[in-house]
Amino acid sequence: MADLITYREAVAEGLARELRRDSSVVCLGEDIGAAGGVFKTTAGLFAEFGKERVWDTPISEQAILGVAMGAAMTGMRPVAEIMFSDFFACCWDYLANEIPKMRYMTGGQVTVPLVVRTANGGGLGFGAQHSQAVENWTLTIPGLKIAAPSNPADVIGMMAAAIRSDDPVVFFEHKGLFASRGPTAPEGHLVELGRAAVAREGTDVTLVALAATVPMALAAADLLAADGISAEVIDLRCLVPLDMGCVLGSVERTSRLIIVEENPYQGGWGATVASIVADEGFELLDAPIRRITAACVPLPFADALERLVIPSAAGVADTARSLVAY
Amino acid sequence: METDTLGSAADDSAGVAGTGTGELLGLYEQMALIRRTEQAAHKLFLAGLVKGTTHLAAGHEAVAVGASAALRPDDYVFATYRGHHHAMARGATPEECLAELMSKGTGLCKAKGGSMHLTKASAGMLGSYAIVGAHLPMAAGAAWSARLRGSGQVAVAFFGDGATNIGAFHEALNIAAVWALPVLFICENNLYMEYTPIGDVTAVANPAADRAPGYGIPADVIDGNDVVVVRDAVAAAAELARSGGGPTVLEALTYRHFGHSRTDDGAYRPAEEVERWLRRDPLELARARLEASGVPADSVTAADQRAERVVADAVAAAKAAPGPDPADALTDVWADGGSAWRT
Repeated sequence: MADLITYREAVAEGLARELRRDSSVVCLGEDIGAAGGVFKTTAGLFAEFGKERVWDTPISEQAILGVAMGAAMTGMRPVAEIMFSDFFACCWDYLANEIPKMRYMTGGQVTVPLVVRTANGGGLGFGAQHSQAVENWTLTIPGLKIAAPSNPADVIGMMAAAIRSDDPVVFFEHKGLFASRGPTAPEGHLVELGRAAVAREGTDVTLVALAATVPMALAAADLLAADGISAEVIDLRCLVPLDMGCVLGSVERTSRLIIVEENPYQGGWGATVASIVADEGFELLDAPIRRITAACVPLPFADALERLVIPSAAGVADTARSLVAY
Repeated sequence: METDTLGSAADDSAGVAGTGTGELLGLYEQMALIRRTEQAAHKLFLAGLVKGTTHLAAGHEAVAVGASAALRPDDYVFATYRGHHHAMARGATPEECLAELMSKGTGLCKAKGGSMHLTKASAGMLGSYAIVGAHLPMAAGAAWSARLRGSGQVAVAFFGDGATNIGAFHEALNIAAVWALPVLFICENNLYMEYTPIGDVTAVANPAADRAPGYGIPADVIDGNDVVVVRDAVAAAAELARSGGGPTVLEALTYRHFGHSRTDDGAYRPAEEVERWLRRDPLELARARLEASGVPADSVTAADQRAERVVADAVAAAKAAPGPDPADALTDVWADGGSAWRT
């Protein structure tokens, strides 16, 4: 049996493997050095690689991403941490206007090989400004690759792919998954960006999920199995590149599609998935496409309220039952 | 401003201390080339051959040319949307700049950037940025990279006075100081943030230099219209940066000869002020220095004529050049050259 590690440890392990193999990789962010990061996702890196590879920054999100961009344009492979993805709003210019556009607007003269890591998502009672799932914010911008792993081995394999990518990658680490455990990845493990995974095979309904909604969909599949309903769970892994071949292949097998998102319905990433299936997979469907999302409210603080706003396994199972009976 | 840095060129006849007359004539010719290119760009805009917008740098030539003369070929330059002079000072030709402005396939950025994004990465000119202040942290990042690689390079961010009131300016100065990065922050203070005098929106007299001490960064206010003064100040700051002394802020006082952008005629500027600054035209100051150094008037005239001819040829070539390749609408998003977002 493979060794188990936490998702949190996998982040540090994924970073350490790339720091060891490529001297142009350098990390920067708030409290990521000796402190090991507020979520301990960089624990041990400062001790192993030192202050010339792991840099503590001021609380200056614009400087963090601007500095990373300038370094990426001049021969380095920076990995910048934005402590909470909500803080993307503090450095949105770099994510929306600078990093993704530089290559195009210079006619291909410049590449920007950097990774922006961030702790994303809710479920931990951090309130409205530290809990959002904002993959969909970045999805609106041409020029950003978007990774959001759901398990420790994928964290390691996708981190390797993201850091080795010559394109900018936004790497979402889900706060609700940090304590979860899974098998570690063998040395050299690489998960190519843009390859979705079938996390569980099934025949009656497809559940498309990302990051924390993957374990949620798997839990829903367990509930459905008790009712004799066979759910297939697709772990999308990345939003850009988007592996629609995997989704369409699954819908061909099951003829029913549910998309499980943590962001609100309006502008959520599932809308893009749904529109592609409607365009290209209409004949495969025996039932309407359903999207399960967060409510369109700022995330509340209290557990009892947050649970009502964010999707749940029970809610996914309920929707699947009604869809199978359609 | 120190009075001694403002001394007229004629006072400094030796003056050109450390400047060979050949070098000074070369700097003059570069400035003349930029001036004529900007004048040509203005005419082409009024004729409808340049779309969108332009932010002309006529009047600012000495900042770009003086700084470039003090830098190594492998140093990095980051400029603003008013950046034609920086692209040309780093080696972009008038033809490739004008072709870009005129949406031609032979433009610097294959007509995908335009006037506000002139870039010549092969010459270390790493872009013109149209979000005010955004490139200051990038220059700090290029300097950080140079330090990590031990390359001895410096990075320079040129920016306007208006940029000193945006957050990125302050974040960049702080991180550059605390990491002792080899970066120069050069403010082209032309007295107007756009249409509003910078003094109306800033509580200190020198918007860049007066803020620098708060970040522990040495600063100087210099005559941005005197190419020799700029060159010497940048050379000293670059040397300090290369030797591990960290960043410097230089506030170069200068003036736009055109308005802020497009067809703006700058009517909000008092006539007396315009007059005063036109008398301090950087080309006139350089001519005075050349004269004081005994360079024959013929040589200066010949430099003007060469610049005139190069720009006339550039305009003709850019007009005759083909438009952009339609296929390029969908290239260059990703490092593989394409724009696919699905697998």
